[in-house]
Parts: sequence; C-alpha cells; structure tokens
Amino acid sequence: MLKFAGLKNYNYMNNRYETVFILTPVLSEVQAKEAVKKYKKLITDSKGKVLHEEHWGLKKLAYPIQKKNSGFYQLIEFEADPSFISELDVQFRRDEMVLRDMTIKMDKDHIAFAENRPARSGKKNTPKKEKVKA
Amino acid sequence: MSRNNIRYLAPINIELKKNKFCWFKKNGIKYIDYKDADFLKSFINEQGKIMPRRITGVSLKYQKKLSAAIKRSRHLAILPYVGDMLK
Repeated sequence: MLKFAGLKNYNYMNNRYETVFILTPVLSEVQAKEAVKKYKKLITDSKGKVLHEEHWGLKKLAYPIQKKNSGFYQLIEFEADPSFISELDVQFRRDEMVLRDMTIKMDKDHIAFAENRPARSGKKNTPKKEKVKA
Repeated sequence: MSRNNIRYLAPINIELKKNKFCWFKKNGIKYIDYKDADFLKSFINEQGKIMPRRITGVSLKYQKKLSAAIKRSRHLAILPYVGDMLK
C-alpha cells in the first residue's frame, strides 16, 4: 500500500479501470451520448466513481467490424469494485449498439500516465514534465 | 598499393557497426499507451506485424509491454491486424 500512497484518488478497496468502447455509427450524436450516459449510470449505481471521460467522436476503424467502417469511440476512467467488471462486460455484450469494448485494470504507471495526459480536462499538471521526458 | 587496400577493407567494416539501444529505457518511459496509433506504428512493419527486438533494439521488458499495447489497439480497431503498405 505504501507504494501507492503518493498517488491521488487511489482507493485500495476499489481498483481503477479504464474502458474504451465503440458504438455503431448508425446512431446520431445525441443517441450516442445517451448510451454513454447509460453506462456511466451503471458505474455510479454500483458504488463506482467516474474519474474521467473522453468522447473521441466518429472515428474510422482500422478494419471493418460488423460491416461498419466507422464508430463512436468513448473512453471512461473509473474506480469500482472488481466484481463489477464482469457485470459491465455482460452489459456490453448484450448491447447491440456496442461494436467493441475493452476494460483494463490500471497499474501505477498507467495511472501516472493518464493523469499527466494533455487531453485531460483538468490540466492541473503542467506540460513541462512531459517535455523533459520526451 | 592494391594489396594494401584489400588488407584494410575487412576490419574497417566491423568497426562501423552501430550500437543498438532501447528507446524506452533511454527516454525513461514506463507506460506504453495503446491509444497512440502514430507512435505504435513506428514499431510495426508495412504488413502490420510487430518488429522483432533484434532489429529495433528494444529491451525485453519493454518489448513485452509494447506487444501488449499493440495487441490492445488492434482489438479496438486503432491498428489493423493485417495491413498493406502501412508506411
């Protein structure tokens, strides 16, 4: 536990996860946002916490999935109980709107990277650090 | 004169060998992002295959992380499984 003491938002009871899923391009922009809202509600309902989200918009796929060539990409970073992940996975697979999904547990390097990302809305961390690294 | 030239040709070529280094170790990068397609593209060949580390010089630790990142981005259709003339 001491290893993670320096990181903010770290709760040892809950794990931190990052999920990316692709919605069908058949939906309108509004419908896509509603679908995202549904999943965010699912997280918060099971005592999870949404920490960060990114809507990448309609993006071209590298290869066709279900005969679709594009999709709405959505990233959600959240904190939840490990048992919730299987539940979320089932929800994704049942949903016909979701072309692909992936949920991964974030390790400490991943968390540090995610918090220093320039795309992060907060922009608390100055980009100076990244310049030194790169 | 020509004899001297021939004698020195072989050893000089050996000295010209470049030292390979691990790009990740050198730059102190600990986490490889699967969302960054442009960056990952520098470690795959034209067909979309992962480059062997005997060519790129990436250390074993980071080659494992790199291949995991590439496979994740393939699953999310950020990178193709098979490509043609990617670069």
